Amino acid sequence: MRRLLSIAAAVAALVAGAPAVSAQTRADAAYTQFDLPNGLHVILHEDHTVPLVTVNVWYHVGSAHEKPGRTGFAHLFEHLMFMGSKHAPYGDFDRLLEAAGGTNNASTAEDRTNYYIDVPSNALDLALFLESDRMGWLLDAMSPKTVDAQRDVVKNERRQSYENAPYGMASIEIAQMLYPKGHPYSWPTIGSMDDLSAASYEDVVQFFRTFYQPANASLVVAGDIDPRQAKAAVETWFSDVPAGTAHVGPIDYPHPDLREVKKKTIQDRVQLPRLYLTWITPAHFAPGDAELDVLSLLLAGGKNSRLYKRLVYDLQIAQDVAALQASKTLNSEYQIVVTARPDTSIDQIRSIVDEEIRKIQQAPPSEREFRRAVNQIESSFYDRMERVGDYGGVADQMNSYYYATGNPAYFTEDLARYRALSPEDVTAAASKFLPLARRVELVVEPSK
Amino acid sequence: MSGLGRALTSVIVAGALGIAAAAQQAPPDRSKAPAAGPAPALHVPAIEKRTPANAPEIWVVPMHKVPTVHLRWINPIAGGNPAGSPPGLASLVADMLDEGAGTRSALEIADTIDYLGAQLTTDASWDAASVDLHVPVARLAEALPVMVDVIQRPTFPADELDRMKKERLASLLEAQDDPEELVRFAFPRIVYGRSHQYGTSMLGTRAAIQGFTVEDLRRFHQARYLPVARTVIVVAGDVTADTVVPMIEKAFGTSTAAFDGGQPGEAAPKPGTRRVYLVDKPGAAQSQIRIGWIGVPRATPDYFPIRVLNTILGGSFTSRLNNNLREVHGYAYGAGSAFEMRRGAGPFYAAAGVQTDKTVDALKEFFTELTRIHEPVPADELEKAKRYLALQLLREFETTRDVAASVSQLFVYGLPGDFYQTYGDRVAAVTAEDVKRAADKYIQPGTLAVVIVGDRKAIEAGVRALNLGPLTVIEAGDIFK
Repeated sequence: MRRLLSIAAAVAALVAGAPAVSAQTRADAAYTQFDLPNGLHVILHEDHTVPLVTVNVWYHVGSAHEKPGRTGFAHLFEHLMFMGSKHAPYGDFDRLLEAAGGTNNASTAEDRTNYYIDVPSNALDLALFLESDRMGWLLDAMSPKTVDAQRDVVKNERRQSYENAPYGMASIEIAQMLYPKGHPYSWPTIGSMDDLSAASYEDVVQFFRTFYQPANASLVVAGDIDPRQAKAAVETWFSDVPAGTAHVGPIDYPHPDLREVKKKTIQDRVQLPRLYLTWITPAHFAPGDAELDVLSLLLAGGKNSRLYKRLVYDLQIAQDVAALQASKTLNSEYQIVVTARPDTSIDQIRSIVDEEIRKIQQAPPSEREFRRAVNQIESSFYDRMERVGDYGGVADQMNSYYYATGNPAYFTEDLARYRALSPEDVTAAASKFLPLARRVELVVEPSK
Repeated sequence: MSGLGRALTSVIVAGALGIAAAAQQAPPDRSKAPAAGPAPALHVPAIEKRTPANAPEIWVVPMHKVPTVHLRWINPIAGGNPAGSPPGLASLVADMLDEGAGTRSALEIADTIDYLGAQLTTDASWDAASVDLHVPVARLAEALPVMVDVIQRPTFPADELDRMKKERLASLLEAQDDPEELVRFAFPRIVYGRSHQYGTSMLGTRAAIQGFTVEDLRRFHQARYLPVARTVIVVAGDVTADTVVPMIEKAFGTSTAAFDGGQPGEAAPKPGTRRVYLVDKPGAAQSQIRIGWIGVPRATPDYFPIRVLNTILGGSFTSRLNNNLREVHGYAYGAGSAFEMRRGAGPFYAAAGVQTDKTVDALKEFFTELTRIHEPVPADELEKAKRYLALQLLREFETTRDVAASVSQLFVYGLPGDFYQTYGDRVAAVTAEDVKRAADKYIQPGTLAVVIVGDRKAIEAGVRALNLGPLTVIEAGDIFK
């Protein structure tokens, strides 16, 4: 369905006090979308601020789709996507893009894998050629040797970001405590060293055929484009990408239920102890999700936020405080993280955090406190519209919205979720979704 | 939870675009990569400059995509670790600006700014202090007076200073935990020594932090913040000069305070023979390696040859260091190099985190590349690096933050007004001979410092056997003294 929407204008009109009239005079952001016969969904968005285009692909597969014994495979596969394809042998991808002044990257999460190529607008065809070639003909250039090479790189990524990083193993421990064995979110996206060692060339073939078919992906081309020419270019380069054979459905898994407090203490080579409290919470865009985003700002967004003010500002027993609703497809995770100052007891910190959670569960925040949080969220929507490419740019967000809601321009509806809330809604969500008696508590303490 | 990265970041004409499925068409020619047409030119936005007397200069860049505006006030005499002050003072003063200003307390400042959906940040870098205000344009009039109070009338309350000092001391402790952080602190200390301003991080030493008083902060502020005529405020966003300039002029007022010039800084040490330094991190899964020496100041006449040289050596994904250590050998998740250019000569280094059992092999490969960079660069590799470098500039002019930051550079380093307009041509003019000359002059493998943070027990014998130079073991705690 073709739709016209000015993103900036639509959001501006929603933000309290913003001069909607002047914003509406700049209706310069719009999108159109279509499907290719092979099933690839395509979204085009025009923005001529700088002469760059971005080619952003989401494959609707992530670590949650992995098989037991092959954890880390979706991410390893992401690395293999840069190792050459039939018509662009190993080395061409990065060499050709850099020679055209482009940059590229990719990332893997539980639910999705995203890729972007940002190039000056004269190199759009080059970007589409490379992106389509690996979507269609990756396996023609793949060999067991290629898999070995990236296996070593990924193992070093694990060493650097987990094993050798302070507190690096905490997220892996928490996922294991939070979910029953076998739950798709129970293992880390980086995978275990053993499973990375076990990944084989045959796994690569199987994974590509299952998950990297065009019908399981969506493509956003955005920036300094002429939409008519861009549509023709996409059709040129992606129409002959072979369609897949089997439909890939969304993951289904029973909602995990925490019935108690699960506690664990691990040691790490760190100076300051740290407390992690984690709950299983409503999925992205489900009722409660937006409320918990607002709660995060009430608890840990700025000097006046409740946990920051008490622990870091007034009592000065904590070095930092964070609160985050990590929104995902099956369910989300809500996490509060506090790093203690030297010689502070984690028990004291935990009891103050609990006191503050109880308070927000019992009485709604004041109008000003609540508005302060919502105003911060509203203006963050402006910031998210400034960059088109890269991670988190407009193109990446359109793919994210399309995957989650079917509407690539869900910006307006997304913001409307927050504007519809009342202080009482936040209190209700805190009561319902952050029970003190059902959560995971991990403490990382300095090893002696 | 968070994703894993692969590597180290008009209304549409209605009716014109159908949603119909694509027509059957001939497959494209994939036998060779499609050629790109001529690269687009960056339209560098015009800067409207106003120069009121005894007040900050105002540089305005209108940008109308999103109804937001970014203001960056730049003070080029209040950054770094200036001579005459203990290290860490400039950074502490900048950090304390919003902990009480005018009639507002720290909490009141934060409440006002957050309620407006704005962001106010205060910072000191090596070459400037800066205060940034990012705000929906409809809220600018309410947020601007807070920004000006923070710059001109900070109150430096004693209890806030005490809190900030504790926070900074804990940050120094935390830095010791992270091998990547540790090497970032250790390398400059080793290369510049304790008495040079670049030899200590801008956080300062433990002793310096403990000693700072409210009076120190006030004196620094009076000497280096009040002479506002030496500062510039850059405005990028949904405004026009005619409306925003009077607003800023009124908010800032005027001042005739003058700067006495400060004291001359310590001279940088001269390179000696190559030495190896090892910081022990028992049980570390990786060794963090940083190899280099003092590089060049931003004003170097060799700016463009050095930028091209670094792009080839370690400044992009296909650069030699990343290709060798990551792609060919798989020793590292990534490897690179940098010339940090400051008002004084900043450091040059090549760096990577490598798996512990490949530390010695990785060191060999580092020196292979640091030696090979002195051979003539093949034409296609040079061309690729030049195009990559030149066209990356497009990315620096997209958002209001980008534009404010890019325009600020012109002021901080006194660059010519057409610097960005001529940037592409000047990159294109760099020759293979220029690159070789820069490599010969600025990268001398025989005099570099090799700094390794890793598991001493596992790597020391192998590193010694390489005979790179005399090996010194350094205690992590000493780096912060």
